[in-house]
Amino acid sequence: MSLVAEDILIVLPEIIVSLMACLILVLDLYLPARLRAWTSFSLALVTLLITVLIILSNSDSNSVVGLNSLVVKDRISDLLKAGICLFSAVVFVYSRRYALERGFWRGEYVVLGLFGVVGMMIMTSAYHLLTVYIGVELLALCLYAMVGMQRDSIPASEAAMKLFVLGALASGVLLYGMSLLYGLTGTLVISEMSTEVGQIGTPGLPLILALILVVTGLLFKIGAVPFHMWVPDVYEGAPTSTTLFLAAAPKLAACAMILRLLAEGLEGLFQTWQEMLIAASLFSVVLGNVVAIAQKNIKRMLAYSAISHMGFFLLGILSGTAMGYSAALTYILIYGVITLGVFGVVLTLTRQGTEADLIEDYKGLNHQHPWLAFLMLLLMFSLAGVPPTIGFYAKLSVLQSVIDAELAWVAVIAVISAVVGAFYYLRIVKIMYFESPDTGTDIQLNCGNAQHLILSLNALVVVAAMPWIGTLAEICSQAVASIR
Amino acid sequence: MTLLSVVFYVLAAVLVGSSAMVISVRNPVKAALFLVLCFFSAACIWITLEAEFLAITLVLVYVGAVMVLFLFVVMMLDIDIVQMREGFTRYLPVGAVIAGIMMVEIALVVLSGRFELDNVARPAGQPADYSNTRELGLLLYTDYVLAFEVAGLILLVAIVAAIALTLRRRPETLYQKPSMQVQVKKSDRLRVVDVPSGTRQGDVE
Repeated sequence: MSLVAEDILIVLPEIIVSLMACLILVLDLYLPARLRAWTSFSLALVTLLITVLIILSNSDSNSVVGLNSLVVKDRISDLLKAGICLFSAVVFVYSRRYALERGFWRGEYVVLGLFGVVGMMIMTSAYHLLTVYIGVELLALCLYAMVGMQRDSIPASEAAMKLFVLGALASGVLLYGMSLLYGLTGTLVISEMSTEVGQIGTPGLPLILALILVVTGLLFKIGAVPFHMWVPDVYEGAPTSTTLFLAAAPKLAACAMILRLLAEGLEGLFQTWQEMLIAASLFSVVLGNVVAIAQKNIKRMLAYSAISHMGFFLLGILSGTAMGYSAALTYILIYGVITLGVFGVVLTLTRQGTEADLIEDYKGLNHQHPWLAFLMLLLMFSLAGVPPTIGFYAKLSVLQSVIDAELAWVAVIAVISAVVGAFYYLRIVKIMYFESPDTGTDIQLNCGNAQHLILSLNALVVVAAMPWIGTLAEICSQAVASIR
Repeated sequence: MTLLSVVFYVLAAVLVGSSAMVISVRNPVKAALFLVLCFFSAACIWITLEAEFLAITLVLVYVGAVMVLFLFVVMMLDIDIVQMREGFTRYLPVGAVIAGIMMVEIALVVLSGRFELDNVARPAGQPADYSNTRELGLLLYTDYVLAFEVAGLILLVAIVAAIALTLRRRPETLYQKPSMQVQVKKSDRLRVVDVPSGTRQGDVE
């Protein structure tokens, strides 16, 4: 095998981000403490933004498989890599102040975040089971450490431990499934596996077992029922900045992984995995939305909301059509934008000594900070799927694809649960607008001007992007066209 | 029965016997040493399978590095055997039932006839000048170079994470500061007291 420029071009974003992460790691040792807090942050931001530009400028409609079929560069990987970098940059902006106040904004936090981004990018462009697995591990290792970074917090250590043990178990299950697939098909490359599986015809028991193990690993990574147990505890226990990091961008990477493994590699087993995903998706939607009603902690509530949104995302995948995959891709991108905004608001309300993670803390927010309350209102409407927000469009397109796949009953159950779910989103709105704040409490905002501006833009996008939603849908449907 | 199968059965017997000892001896240091024997026997079996590189790596990495570290940890920790054995009799029935079920299941699979030696042809041996180190190296640095590099990143992340999670300055911990130790002057530490003759030091103060 000889290395050619195209091979390098495929992994250029990964190379840039990992080199810059190493540079930041070394710079952090030698710079004085006063400079350090700024250099690592600004270098990371610049890196991520430049990477986005490079990805977009190299984007074309060809899909190139390179480096001995380890990686692929197509529209899906370009779109999702750009999304991952952009989302992570926003995460860094939101979390800086929070982490600084709690004393864990060190160079390592940024470096681990950047390596996590590398892991996610490898997952999105992986075209070989080995690359998929090492991408997953790189991301997971960074997440474990970032969750446990706040050493003095017992919930954070507990969350890190839970994520570590369960994550290792899920990786093991995924790896076991992959090894069985290798044994049965004799290849690790996804396109060859697709051909091999297609030739098998009716799948035997070993192939179904391998499929079950792979699907289990994937469902665990996105946190869908019945493998969701870690999600609420980790969301609640982790420092809010890390919760934001693991709630937004990794979902994009998992989306790419699911599209490549299930929709492309195991396409021949569509009937089998569709049944599994229908069950997982419906349980996620119902359980997530119903249990979220009972939550008092907003991070825990958002965790259950995330479970239900993953159920909706799976609806798009399980329809098994190009339109469904495109709807799922749109859904995950839109969900990422909204999640960033919601956690951005939560982070804005925290300050030294207060986490602002109880729903009660939002009582009467409108009286003191009408603008922030308005932003939160937009985001909550968007999560609930109320028109004219992009959240509505996201739900509409996945439901449309499910109905086209002649699974109307699934769509009906999903819609009913979404209506149930609207209750707890609207309750936040009610608490902010129609309840007066407890006497004596003074809600302070804790964010710089730049952070406030980005947060406002982020929240306004959920409505302002509505006229261009067709463009996004078009981009996504072009992207999934590269799946054979 | 060829010489190779005699060697295999001897090595396998040592491997199984020492594995049993790992979990049954009372002294954790002895258990760790039996684990070393396990690794070593496994490495020997790999040699008979012509996987020399893996065998030597197993000895170097696991016996040489990991187990030494493990022994240090075992020796430094204060493990209370009595406390660990607490509840042994209570959990014994459940454990025995599960172990029994697993044994029956394994027996069903292994004795089903699918794993008889005749079912799988013995792979042809390589000539004496064949180097599997070279072959592995070629694969790792050409075909799988990306995976190799990313594995390196994973190790780097592991180091960074381990240091970030464990290194912290605690105010109550005492540190030596070499730069300040070097800069210390006589006047910082030494007080010359003029003691008049005929008095004791205590009288001066």
